[in-house]
Amino acid sequence: MNDKTRRLIQRLTLTPYSVWAVLFIVVPLLFVAYYAFTDQNFRFTFDNISRFFTATSVVDNGETTREVHTYLVIFMRSLKLAVISTAVCLLMGYPLAYIMARASERTQSVLLTLIMIPMWMNFLIRTYAWMTILQDTGILNGFLSALHLGRIHIIGTESAVVIGMVYDYFPYMVLPIYSIMAKLDVKLLEAASDLGCPGLSVLRRVIWPLSIPGVLSGITMVLIPSISTFYISQKLGNGKFFLIGDAIEGQYTANNLHFAAAIAFILMVILLVCMALMQKLANRRLVAA
Amino acid sequence: MKKIVEIKNISKSFGDNVVLDNINLDIYDNEFITLLGPSGCGKTTLLRIIGGFEVPDQGDVIFMGENINGLPPHKRNVNTVFQRYALFPHLNVFENVAFSLREKRVPKDEIQRAVTEMLSLVALKGFEKRSVTSLSGGQQQRVAIARALVNQPKVLLLDEPLSALDLKLRKDMQVELKNIQKATGITFIFVTHDQEEALSMSDTVVVMTEGHIQQIGTPPDIYNEPQNAFVADFIGESNILDGVMLEDYKVRFSGHTFQCLDKGFGPREAVDVVVRPEDVDIVPEEKGHLRGVVTSVTFLGVHYEIIVDIGGFKWMIQTTDFHDVDEHIGLFIEPDAIHVMKKSKFSGMFGDYSSFSDEMDEIGEVDLEELEAESETTK
Repeated sequence: MNDKTRRLIQRLTLTPYSVWAVLFIVVPLLFVAYYAFTDQNFRFTFDNISRFFTATSVVDNGETTREVHTYLVIFMRSLKLAVISTAVCLLMGYPLAYIMARASERTQSVLLTLIMIPMWMNFLIRTYAWMTILQDTGILNGFLSALHLGRIHIIGTESAVVIGMVYDYFPYMVLPIYSIMAKLDVKLLEAASDLGCPGLSVLRRVIWPLSIPGVLSGITMVLIPSISTFYISQKLGNGKFFLIGDAIEGQYTANNLHFAAAIAFILMVILLVCMALMQKLANRRLVAA
Repeated sequence: MKKIVEIKNISKSFGDNVVLDNINLDIYDNEFITLLGPSGCGKTTLLRIIGGFEVPDQGDVIFMGENINGLPPHKRNVNTVFQRYALFPHLNVFENVAFSLREKRVPKDEIQRAVTEMLSLVALKGFEKRSVTSLSGGQQQRVAIARALVNQPKVLLLDEPLSALDLKLRKDMQVELKNIQKATGITFIFVTHDQEEALSMSDTVVVMTEGHIQQIGTPPDIYNEPQNAFVADFIGESNILDGVMLEDYKVRFSGHTFQCLDKGFGPREAVDVVVRPEDVDIVPEEKGHLRGVVTSVTFLGVHYEIIVDIGGFKWMIQTTDFHDVDEHIGLFIEPDAIHVMKKSKFSGMFGDYSSFSDEMDEIGEVDLEELEAESETTK
């Protein structure tokens, strides 16, 4: 086989994926952009984009009323909940990933399976399960009152939404960090310890900087779906926390496709910029250090 | 000389596998000591116990008169050069070397001075800003040495540091390591399975196998006066023959009675006799103590290595004269070429070249012991 035919075969094997990518990734993205920048009659316009930044509504809290930028507020709320969820996932997931990577092979595979099992269940069912647990008359409160610890009201609060997001996206944080940690050379940790580092120093000066790529992909994989989620907030937040995903869904079901596309487009651009910045920062850190 | 490390009755097992069995060893200040043995002999484990990476099942490690059994690695005044260097890939050359000083919060200008000095010691001046992953094996090796020495440890542990380098570089680094050791006056404990490396660099060689120390001595001692068949075979090439000590200075083997320089054995005691291949003189058949037929010849540059069949036992002889296969030759052995050893459990296992092949020495150098140690630490 000469080089030419080998290259041809390589290209042919890539073809199905290329077709798939164009049909189901590139074309839909172009459609989103196209809808975002056109009006009902498919004439070019910036109206949808500017509406996102300028639309206002009046908030009435019983005593005073004030005017706010509707979608910016929704976006900031989404961002806040997503950042909190991501932070919680990271705080819980990082130590778990480390412990897993250092555990025996048997323990590792058991833990991996346990982490992945919830992913095999439908997302809606998982969210419904959390409703049953967190309701005022739910399993958690039943348990608490059986122990005479009183009841807590949690359904319909931001905490409930965060719990739902953390539960759903936790594996996406643990797995990339774990795969980096598992590849970490034990000799590097021994070398650090040999050079005078107590345990915490080894973590700070060797394990953490070397695991940053895993942390970054974990953050990306949790932050993005949690910022654009819409179902969790409706079910666990009792619809009180209207998030950017809910806004897109609302506009879409109201047959307002162009504005829905505009919101999705803006969200995408913001996320892309954030990710690029983060990546750049991490790269510089790795090189500089 | 002052004792700096004392190993007292150290034993260590991984599961059912006894890696070290009641090891005792004194290591002196300013000494270049080598732990030499085949894969799985326990040498790396012993080094890791001194470094604090393994805890002995029993026994004590005494460091400058103090028991350091419970002391974690970061509190020991001992540093390690790891087998594959274990440099920090996220740090450049300067920061790798400065690593321990930053931990101790040494002032910045002091770090600058110490690191620069270390880098010039290992001939890496000008490499400060380079990424360690862009360096060659030999350069990485030097960074690893500088990183360990900048701490000014009392003892430097080196775990097969040269095994990943090619032959030429390995020879250069052997000389350089020895020079660094002399210049710094730090005790080096060096682990290797390469007998040539051990002989050329060490003040003291400790030959180990199967978790036991077989012999401790200077390189000439180890080579000229091996204690048993294992040592004789592992260090250099040896013809090891069954013999009987007839009386002091008189030993019989291969059907001939030889004069020798050994004494102090029982009457008619069965012994192992070592004759080094380079100590045998080839003479015309009728003038030899022994007679045999050449069965193979290998040209090795400086000399020929020939295998000679003498009554069914294959001898290896090194000679600068060419003798062809099937030639009948005589062997002449001077008294000082003969070394007599007590019988040991290794008797009969080594020293016959009937199945000899040069490749056999090269195969099997994958360090099983290290693999075991690694799988052990990940559990």
